[in-house]
Amino acid sequence: MKAIVCVKQVPDTQGKVAVKADGTMDRAAMATITNPDDLNAVEAALQLKDETGCEVVVVTMGPPPAEGMLRELIARGADRGVLVSGREFGGSDTFATSQILAAAVNKIGVGPEDIVFCGRQAIDGDTAQVGPQIAEKLHLPQVTYVTDIKKDGNSLVVKRQLEDGYMELKVNTPCLLTCIKELNNPRYMSVSGIFECYDKPIDVFDYNTLKDDPLIETDTIGLKGSPTNVYKSFAPPVKGAGMMVEDAAQLVGILNDKHLI
Amino acid sequence: MAEFNAMDTAAFKGVWVFCEQREGQIQTISYQLLSEGRKLANDLGVELCGVVMGSELNEDYIKALGGYGADRVYYLDSPLLKDYTTDGYAKALCDLIMEKKPEIMLIGATNLGRDLGPRCAARLHTGLTADCTHLDVDVEKYKNFLRTTSNIDVDNTKFEENTNLKMTRPAFGGHLMATIICPRFRPQMSTVRPGVMQTQAFDEAGAAKVVVEKIAPALTADDIHVEILDIKKSAKKMVDLIGADVVVSVGRGISSDVDKGIALAEELAGVLGGVVGASRAVTDEGWLSSDHQVGQTGKTVHPRIYVALGISGAIQHVAGMQDSDTIIAINKNESAPIFDVATYGIVGDLFKVVPELIKEIRAAKA
Ligand SMILES: Cc1cc2nc3c(=O)[nH]c(=O)nc-3n(C[C@H](O)[C@H](O)[C@H](O)COP(=O)(O)OP(=O)(O)OC[C@H]3O[C@@H](n4cnc5c(N)ncnc54)[C@H](O)[C@@H]3O)c2cc1C
Ligand SMILES: Cc1cc2nc3c(=O)[nH]c(=O)nc-3n(C[C@H](O)[C@H](O)[C@H](O)COP(=O)(O)OP(=O)(O)OC[C@H]3O[C@@H](n4cnc5c(N)ncnc54)[C@H](O)[C@@H]3O)c2cc1C
Repeated sequence: MKAIVCVKQVPDTQGKVAVKADGTMDRAAMATITNPDDLNAVEAALQLKDETGCEVVVVTMGPPPAEGMLRELIARGADRGVLVSGREFGGSDTFATSQILAAAVNKIGVGPEDIVFCGRQAIDGDTAQVGPQIAEKLHLPQVTYVTDIKKDGNSLVVKRQLEDGYMELKVNTPCLLTCIKELNNPRYMSVSGIFECYDKPIDVFDYNTLKDDPLIETDTIGLKGSPTNVYKSFAPPVKGAGMMVEDAAQLVGILNDKHLI
Repeated sequence: MAEFNAMDTAAFKGVWVFCEQREGQIQTISYQLLSEGRKLANDLGVELCGVVMGSELNEDYIKALGGYGADRVYYLDSPLLKDYTTDGYAKALCDLIMEKKPEIMLIGATNLGRDLGPRCAARLHTGLTADCTHLDVDVEKYKNFLRTTSNIDVDNTKFEENTNLKMTRPAFGGHLMATIICPRFRPQMSTVRPGVMQTQAFDEAGAAKVVVEKIAPALTADDIHVEILDIKKSAKKMVDLIGADVVVSVGRGISSDVDKGIALAEELAGVLGGVVGASRAVTDEGWLSSDHQVGQTGKTVHPRIYVALGISGAIQHVAGMQDSDTIIAINKNESAPIFDVATYGIVGDLFKVVPELIKEIRAAKA
């Protein structure tokens, strides 16, 4: 049994975002982190490993330095990593990204008892689309917004968050789950994990590794092939800073004059 | 799916809106999307269709979709569609799309819509733009939109003239806006968050003349690979942030006396006729439940008045409230970024300022 976790490296947008003069994001000027929801996905897989002894494989698509993130996740307890990396993959939208990741997962192999984990949403592209799209391409049932997982033989009982409550669902493996922060508290790297993380394997899947996979259509990957294209991008106008007022009395005076209260 | 994908984009006609129901109730996002879809359908000169899935739904609710702009409603009726499942809904919706070929498909970015949308887009072999805040087909209208909301020098910029759907969405917490198109594949799909689009006034005539087509989808229990064991509503009443006229939100600034801070926010919301919201710092701490959270991963609000008490103004928070008509910020740190988006700001301790504010408002109203 395996748990395959899709993990994205994202710019750290906490507080500071570096935007270039042309309105695009200056990724080089920003630190990177593991996407927050994906840490919950990794933790869910590690808990499954604690319970069943299953293998945990972490997969990321990104530039070569993303290997560092995979090593950190191995130090948390994952068994091995797969780095999906190639110039041809750059600029992929979610349709293209999920196609490439689905092919990578397919190559790793999804057995009857296996579970694919994703985060719900990545904080940069912020679409929450890649998980369900991978599930569709692999023909796996999906449950998104997962806040609780109980293993019951070959099936799972999972809670899925709704805006005003939750749904409890039963789903058989193999399946794909997208995880949110309410699911668990991610563990830290262990000291022995840090020592050992460089001894564990990380495979690199490049374009040539994946191009013949039946899930890959070579004309819908990368920037050119992606169904969605950026037509224009722009910075929103800077709102003129507002008016500072002295105290409550002055504020209420203004609100009153403007008939706001 | 290659076959569907290979079809000529010109063969696709009509604007569709997925009208979500839960427990037989049409969700308000559906009316917002129909109202927006109506404008697009008018600009394209095509039909606006609502798609409703469920079991034995009240026909009056379905007709009412015409009152919000739908010319036609496809009502997919099956016991297997009573409650949402990814498999059941995705199959029913995709089968209908492949048969009827709409050019645009709008879906609410609710927890269910964000499950359904990407699954369908992958099956239909088309693009999906997430969390759109503005939609245009007409280039002139798009240019006018840019004139007021962007730094682009519209008159000296070249725009391709076509009726592709131009889907604008905030990225990186609102630091950047991207307009996305899907030129090669159909339908052009987008999700829109609840509260972002305005609902038009209900039109009786529209409701009277809407054409309802009831369809029994080709679905069997074997198509659905999950089993719903239970659907639970949380016991407490949820705060209706999205529909609120006034929102008073609290941030970590209440930490020195959380109960008092929340009580003050509730009292201020009370005198202003509003509800209490929160930053994620507050919901993460468990001081208020997560349905109060405003922001990128919470709710998008645009009330008439938004009050931020002890909130620093992180981009992820601002993304959810920057379109409020009037923003009032109270923060003891004069360089807090929240003052950059505030219409009015007061530098001070919220525990001192808010009681005065409540007193002054009461006096002004007396
Ligand atoms: C400004 C901007 C706007 C965009 N808007 C859209 C849009 O509307 N529609 C669209 O199709 N694309 C869009 N994209 C492209 C999209 O961001 C990329 O395709 C991105 O690689 C994946 O999408 P995401 O970040 O939204 O991931 P999400 O779908 O939010 O990620 C969900 C989960 O999928 C997994 N995952 C995602 N990416 C990877 C990865 N590279 N490696 C491993 N696991 C991964 C993770 O588990 C993650 O938690 C946009 C990009 C930018 C920069
Ligand atoms: C992926 C991601 C998504 C996120 N989504 C959201 C989201 O949807 N919504 C959201 O809100 N955040 C979100 N965040 C978190 C966000 O980045 C900030 O951490 C959060 O908004 C900070 O909350 P705060 O302003 O209440 O707290 P702080 O940043 O700690 O600010 C507290 C403020 O209170 C002021 N203060 C302290 N005492 C007083 C006093 N007595 N009187 C007056 N002022 C006082 C301080 O000067 C300070 O400005 C997200 C973060 C990430 C990474």
